[in-house]
Amino acid sequence: MDWTALSVSLRLAVFTCLLLLPVGLWLGRALATARFRGKPLCEALVALPLVMPPTVLGFYLMQAFGTEAPFGGLWARLFGSGLNFTFTGILIASLVANLPFAVQPIQRAFETVPANLREAAWCSGLSPWQTFLRIELPLVWPGIISALALTFAHTLGEFGVILMVGGAIDGETRTLAIAIYDRVQAFDETGAGIMSAMLLLVSFLTIGVVYGLAGRRRWRRV
Amino acid sequence: MSERIASPGRLTVSLHQAGPIPLAADFHCEAGELLALVGPSGSGKTTLLRAIAGLYRPAGGRIDCGGEAWFDAARRLSLPPQGRRVGLVFQDYALFPHLTALGNVMVALDHLPPRERRRQATAWLERVHLAGLEARHPARLSGGQRQRVALARALARQPRVLLLDEPFSAVDQVTRRRLQRELAMLREQIRIPIVLVTHDLDEAAALADRLCVLHGGRSLQAGPPDALFRRPVSAEVARVLDRHNLFAGEVVEEGGERRLAWGPWRLEVAAGLESLPVGERVTWYLPPSDVVLHRRGRPSRGERENPVRARVDSLVVLGGVTSVALAFEHTERTLGFEIATHAARRNGLARGEEVQVSLLAAGIHLMGAETPPATTRTTG
Repeated sequence: MDWTALSVSLRLAVFTCLLLLPVGLWLGRALATARFRGKPLCEALVALPLVMPPTVLGFYLMQAFGTEAPFGGLWARLFGSGLNFTFTGILIASLVANLPFAVQPIQRAFETVPANLREAAWCSGLSPWQTFLRIELPLVWPGIISALALTFAHTLGEFGVILMVGGAIDGETRTLAIAIYDRVQAFDETGAGIMSAMLLLVSFLTIGVVYGLAGRRRWRRV
Repeated sequence: MSERIASPGRLTVSLHQAGPIPLAADFHCEAGELLALVGPSGSGKTTLLRAIAGLYRPAGGRIDCGGEAWFDAARRLSLPPQGRRVGLVFQDYALFPHLTALGNVMVALDHLPPRERRRQATAWLERVHLAGLEARHPARLSGGQRQRVALARALARQPRVLLLDEPFSAVDQVTRRRLQRELAMLREQIRIPIVLVTHDLDEAAALADRLCVLHGGRSLQAGPPDALFRRPVSAEVARVLDRHNLFAGEVVEEGGERRLAWGPWRLEVAAGLESLPVGERVTWYLPPSDVVLHRRGRPSRGERENPVRARVDSLVVLGGVTSVALAFEHTERTLGFEIATHAARRNGLARGEEVQVSLLAAGIHLMGAETPPATTRTTG
């Protein structure tokens, strides 16, 4: 059992969830409530990682992370090192790959909140920020939970993008999914089997906890 | 509790814009008064209400409440909804589904310390007859109960204006009557302007002190319901108010007296003819209540007043009341009125029968050199 790989996987999943949550809330709410000309284009861009083969996405990210590319070069100048084959690199890749999983459930949830609830809150004296925290957030809670669950589970299982961007550096970019592949390559099927079972268990527990949380509501929509 | 409600203040609204929703509305509502905005769908009623609440910002105009400017396009001033203190009851109530009845009302009491908040919210729910239902979520309340929670939430903030957007449209008839009675009683206790948006003319007439008739975003006429129904200022107002007895006539002089020429008849009119020049073409209106059917073989009230002969065009029995439409030879328009169904039977009214009616002079309302109703225009 490769505990280091499990720890890399969990760290990656937790950081991806934490960083994508505010992005998902902001973007999901904006796409649900605002009306602007380029909205279909924005939605298409958000959904793109969903339909692209992971290796293709990974290839483009690898290209962008290279120190000769504008993004990778800027990053290297700012932080002194490149992004390819680093944990930060696979984290950024993971953020991009999981964008649709974080945004779409939250957007769908915001779309079901009637606009006049916001207006009723304003007329009751709540500021826009209080309205968001006390009225909108509790109503979109199930959407947030689904977004987190999908992002977490998808990050744990991500293979193609991580392999392209990160390779398999022990303790840095070798996630559990990649470690399993390595074991199979080395004909260690028992090891691969134990780790697969572990991944299955962790994924199942996460999803179970998360859906348990989402289901705990004492109210329903009118 | 009424003394804790904000001090009285008049609401004046004057909003103008060319589009996207055309507005040309001017009206006011005194503290303690209930003003009903009436008009067909798309007449701008809800838009005006939203503008008062600060949820919609028109291009031009002013909204003042109690001497304070809430909106002034010229000064680029527009207070946010939070700064206006309006109580708004939405058409679908817009209750927060995740909060209990008590929680919904407490949201509007955020400016108070928590314990006081709970105490007042409880008192408000009690006042709208919802004691015991504090812990229920909206999904577990009936339509009428939800409306009451919405009303309690709107009033809890001690608003300076109460706005009601079709508040009775989503409940059944029995509940509607009860809620309307409760609103009428509640009005005794709150001395703030109340603006009610409704498309139900009977409801407006029953509840409001004054009506403001809207069409296409324009305010056409405002006044007490009875005055409006008897004396609409124009054919357009009459149509919005569902008044149909509109006819075209001409001012003539006969034997030294002014008369209204209408087909073969020279009608007496109680007021308004003297100021009009002879030869002037006018549109006139007669309330259905001012049409008196002559009894067969027996003289009745007002028989000598403007007697005209007509043919019964249609009879529609609606329970105890029968709607009668009379046809004339000189116009395509019919004259409508209602009589008790038993009276219609006793008089042997039937389609095609000839009858004689009096058009009471006091009821005839002249609209001056006004565009005649569309149908007469097309039929020449």
